[in-house]
Amino acid sequence: MNGNPQLNSDGKLQHLLTIEGLPKPILFHILDTAKSFEHVAQQEIKKVPHLQGKSVFNLFFEPSTRTRTTFEIAAKRLSADVINLNVSDSSQSKGETLLDTVDNLSAMQADMFVVRHAESGAAHLIANHVSSGIHVINAGDGRHAHPTQALLDMYTIRNFKGRFENLKVAIVGDVLHSRVARSQIHALTTLGVPEVRVIGPKTLMPRDVEKLGVRVFHDMMLGLKDVDVVIMLRLQNERMNGALLPSRDEYFKYYGLTPDKLARAKPDAIVMHPGPMNRGVEIDSEVADGAQSVILSQVTFGIAVRMAVMSILSGK
Amino acid sequence: MKIQITNGRVINPATDTDMVQDVFIAAGKIVGLGQGPERFGANRVVDARGKIVAPGLVDMAARLREPGFEYLATLESEMFAATVGGVTSLSCPPDTDPPLDEPGLVEMLKHRAKGRNQTNVYPLGALTQQLQGQRLTEMGELRDAGCVAFSQANSPLADTQVLARAMEYAATFGFSVWLQPRDAHLGKNGVAHDGEVATRLGLPAVPTCSETIAISTIVHLMRHTGARVHLCRLSSAAGVELVRAAKVEGLPLTCDVSINHLHLSEHDLGYFNSNCHLIPPLRSTRDRDALRAGLADGTVDALVSDHSPVDDNGKQVPFENSETGATGLELLLPLVLKWAREDKIPLPQALARVTCDPARILGVAGGQLSLGSNADLCIFDAEREWVVTPQSLKSQGKNTPFINLPLLGKASHTIVGGFLIYEDARA
Repeated sequence: MNGNPQLNSDGKLQHLLTIEGLPKPILFHILDTAKSFEHVAQQEIKKVPHLQGKSVFNLFFEPSTRTRTTFEIAAKRLSADVINLNVSDSSQSKGETLLDTVDNLSAMQADMFVVRHAESGAAHLIANHVSSGIHVINAGDGRHAHPTQALLDMYTIRNFKGRFENLKVAIVGDVLHSRVARSQIHALTTLGVPEVRVIGPKTLMPRDVEKLGVRVFHDMMLGLKDVDVVIMLRLQNERMNGALLPSRDEYFKYYGLTPDKLARAKPDAIVMHPGPMNRGVEIDSEVADGAQSVILSQVTFGIAVRMAVMSILSGK
Repeated sequence: MKIQITNGRVINPATDTDMVQDVFIAAGKIVGLGQGPERFGANRVVDARGKIVAPGLVDMAARLREPGFEYLATLESEMFAATVGGVTSLSCPPDTDPPLDEPGLVEMLKHRAKGRNQTNVYPLGALTQQLQGQRLTEMGELRDAGCVAFSQANSPLADTQVLARAMEYAATFGFSVWLQPRDAHLGKNGVAHDGEVATRLGLPAVPTCSETIAISTIVHLMRHTGARVHLCRLSSAAGVELVRAAKVEGLPLTCDVSINHLHLSEHDLGYFNSNCHLIPPLRSTRDRDALRAGLADGTVDALVSDHSPVDDNGKQVPFENSETGATGLELLLPLVLKWAREDKIPLPQALARVTCDPARILGVAGGQLSLGSNADLCIFDAEREWVVTPQSLKSQGKNTPFINLPLLGKASHTIVGGFLIYEDARA
């Protein structure tokens, strides 16, 4: 229960639970493999046989549209059988425990679980529990990790910037509650990005975040200066009015990405967002739809990256 | 029953004695040390060669889970675990279901616990009704029923006015108030120390100031009310400092630390090890080191097991949702020995923290191995290695951060009230 179970004894990927602790060659291997899958979407028959005969269970304990859909598309393009389960409205509400649900699905000969859960650590718990033939992909657990999102973001950065070693990257917004930010930070630092910045008010910054290898800024105008990549984080509705923030308007004033703030970044900086966006809260529509935005590319790349992760896990 | 314990290394922390001598027990008392009464005629001779003979351990915090949580543990299972652990006296917090807030419940518990010759049980009464922090309990009646002090268990008292009155009322009768220092609001939903590990794992955090603010409030109210207070489960270096200052000032303040906090830190959470989901949270290594130093110099008065049996259903869930607590009665002895060994604390001094010091705070007999004192004692082999496994633990609670780890030190005999109530067949 204590160990990091995502690498097997040969150092190969057994599960994908978090970016933390993954060696750089594995990250590049995933990105390279994803590149090799990019063509599948251009083919007339958008399928390859890598996961033929395998059952992939999308186990979503928390609602999601984009992530679940792209996982489903990725698995289907790999020729897997995909079963979607929105557990939030079935067995869990009947009192079944998380691991009982997993045991039942394992008994249906599942090969892979794609898990989204509201609690940090849920994917680790499942990975520690399933038998060795089953692979677990964390599709987001609480505030902890969202590794495939971070990987597709790295893919996007590599696609537009070519390399990582000369970049300044800023992550802006609610870092405290963001599993995406945590995974991005680990991915960026592992891939050799020399300067990762996080920008936000103190109420949305976790303690000791600089120990993850980032510089902390509270002034967005300073934090965006000369960066190559701006990653905006989603601000959830329930955080907007209360003791964390006074209002969405004030948040937008100080931490919303507007054209004038973006002008502080390098002229060729790209703007990213894991979605779903709150226009007018963390990002101005003019920026979201502007020339520097690569937000829709992220979604497209998400399929290839998830195909790569699934095929690597299944040993292909 | 007359027992003669021969050839053992006898340690009495209360008098700082440590020498090989025989111990003679009759009619529930120690009747001879070194020299026995004439024509003693023991019914039983226990050879303790190579072993340590010490007062039975006094554990200030052991949840027996009765009434209300019998599915987690029963009085029988946990009192047996106590005897196996060399614990001859324990006090149990009032957070049962229903809580120990009326005399009938306490009388029933005392009655159930008294069934046989076994570990002495000293219940703590609830400080407020239902532990809800609003209305005071009948402390006088509860004391008459057998409560030794009054506690909020792990429910912080949010209303400072009620806290002040509870302390005042307790002080009227000289009762001691036991409080787990934690602000009711700061870090309310937190499950881990507000530091690097919680940030990495994305866990809601409890800041250190949640503890220090609570201690400061309690210390101010002690000056205001004159109440005697025992702080349960210190977790931070800053907390130890505040207690040290209050003691220098002369306030009647005592405190304890758990075996988990003495040996572990936030880093032991690893990847969401729910056995490390504890109240208060495990903090930084710096905090842990300060707790160890505080226990050594006496700023921290006692070491407790904070025994809280939890079953797999409570732990095999995501960390945030998991039940708090760990089993501990059988680990108190090996873990006090581990601390003594690692920090080079003389054994009499180390054992004082689990014998005479907690007995003094509880205001009960026990924790002594002197002529005329109650014959509550344990004999243990400090070098005997054993591995903590679900099979080796007698408690119904099998969850502990120390699971599967080898530890040194195990009781071979436990004597309560002059009766040999536990004997390890293999020893």
